[in-house]
Amino acid sequence: MPSNIIFSAKDISKFFGHGKKRICAVNNVSFDIADGEIVSIVGGSGCGKSVLAKIMLGLYSPDSGSFLYKGKPITNTRNHWNEVQSVFQDPFGCFNQFFSIRSQLKDAFGILKEKPSKQNIEKRVDEALLAVNVKPLDIEGKYPFELSGGQMQRMLLARIFALKPKVLIADEPTSMVDACVRANILDYLMKLKEELGMTIVFVTHDIGLAYYVSDRIFIMHEAKIVEAGKPEDVTQNPQSPHTVRLLEDIPDINREWIKK
Amino acid sequence: MAHILEVKDLSLHYLTRFGQKIHAVTDVSFTMKQGEILGVAGESGCGKSTLVNGLMGLFIPPLYPTSGDVLVNGESLMNRSPKDIRENVLSQKVSMIPQGAFNALNPTRKIKDIAADVIAAHSGNKNINKRQIYDRLRERFDLFGMETEHILNSYPIQLTAGERQRSVIGISTLLNPKVVIADEPTSALDVTTQKVVVKMIFDLLEKNIFSTMIFITHELPLLRHVSHNIGIMYAGEFVEYGTTVQVVHDPRHPYTRALMGAMLSADSEQKNRKPTTIEGAPPSLAKKIEGCRFAERCPSARPECRLKTQGLRMVGERLVRCDYAE
Repeated sequence: MPSNIIFSAKDISKFFGHGKKRICAVNNVSFDIADGEIVSIVGGSGCGKSVLAKIMLGLYSPDSGSFLYKGKPITNTRNHWNEVQSVFQDPFGCFNQFFSIRSQLKDAFGILKEKPSKQNIEKRVDEALLAVNVKPLDIEGKYPFELSGGQMQRMLLARIFALKPKVLIADEPTSMVDACVRANILDYLMKLKEELGMTIVFVTHDIGLAYYVSDRIFIMHEAKIVEAGKPEDVTQNPQSPHTVRLLEDIPDINREWIKK
Repeated sequence: MAHILEVKDLSLHYLTRFGQKIHAVTDVSFTMKQGEILGVAGESGCGKSTLVNGLMGLFIPPLYPTSGDVLVNGESLMNRSPKDIRENVLSQKVSMIPQGAFNALNPTRKIKDIAADVIAAHSGNKNINKRQIYDRLRERFDLFGMETEHILNSYPIQLTAGERQRSVIGISTLLNPKVVIADEPTSALDVTTQKVVVKMIFDLLEKNIFSTMIFITHELPLLRHVSHNIGIMYAGEFVEYGTTVQVVHDPRHPYTRALMGAMLSADSEQKNRKPTTIEGAPPSLAKKIEGCRFAERCPSARPECRLKTQGLRMVGERLVRCDYAE
């Protein structure tokens, strides 16, 4: 089913630096992601998972190998972002401190090829805010620094609800927030998936979260995908020692975690 | 003197520039014995970090103490000047392990110089020379099983996140503090590094560098493995206080239950369970709150909950701030 493949990566590699200091961030990675799938990329810090996410967003291009979006290489990033959008880890780094949140949510429509009318934009922003449980009046005239981390993370999601992209790349969307907000955000993401039939790529270091949301899990370690498969298979019957390590390191209430 | 740390009805508030008082911590009381590890959990903005400042006696405006007392080894930390606190309390009696190691370390100085400053500022010994300080540092860092020379001679940016956090822990505990307060020491790290950092903390406990610790986090499963007792905070108050096993495996307060339900794990039994979400936000602490603070979001709230202020009461062998908990 070649028409249903959203992302297709073949032996892609990405390097940073030169000479002796050259670092390989992504090393000969191949995968396919189908339409409507939720895929999680799981790994520790510095394993190259965020670089992979940026390649999918067209922010980096791979140094070798071929990376195709719907069968074509990414050439025009503006066109690419029409359909592929992202949620990042730190919402305060994503919003400009000098403009009100509402105006920035409205500005987000600038990326679309066919810009809706002004009334339509207002309507869609209101709907998006309601979708993430924020009353539009609550953020009227407010600036990013006036909201809490959890609220700001929801503003990032509101942007996605407003733009309705086909593909969402979520790079550690929950690592800055506490457990209650995390459960809320996952709820909203699942709602997005149901309403819009999006393809979602999760990037996370929390295999528990990945297990809960995804159709497929990729485990990354030192720039390589060391294991890929269904969440049940990966967590119940891990093949790679790195997966075993990741699973063991999660503090679970029912299992011995660390020897005192 | 059975208790090393005694907190009596501690209330703290922030004064905003409009003259408004935000009551961030209300009537928190607990005691800790030598060798005890207390876990404090709660969502963002519930007053955990404000409580930490109060426990160190560090009242830097806009934070002010409202009432109550903090006693370390019987000595009160209230109504003392910041200079007095800095010279006689911090690092020696109470020490904090901060959350973001990157913000805690001066980026323009080497780890050994940052650590030397801590000894010079807090040890009370003004005549100590640099070489003595460095020797002490090497001795201490060798204990941690880290590459001592590499770490001491590096700038913070040259270290990995785990190394930075471990350096911060090393620096915080240089003067063998009586009580260590770890304010979310692992929340910025991935699971593998988190385990390494927690192992190091246990290592220090075993080597008797410090013995009493308050561990603050929002990850309840982590507390299950770290602490002896757990206090759950909501909107500035303790809502449940009991032993770790009681609180984690058999929570009684509706808020603790919701918090436990929001946890995700890679357990097959949990796959079909939907994590509970708590709708709404905690109440504003600027006004006096009538009735139970959790009533607005509580799944089992009754009309009378909003009217009657709930006090802590014994349920089984733990304290719960809910009149209807069984």
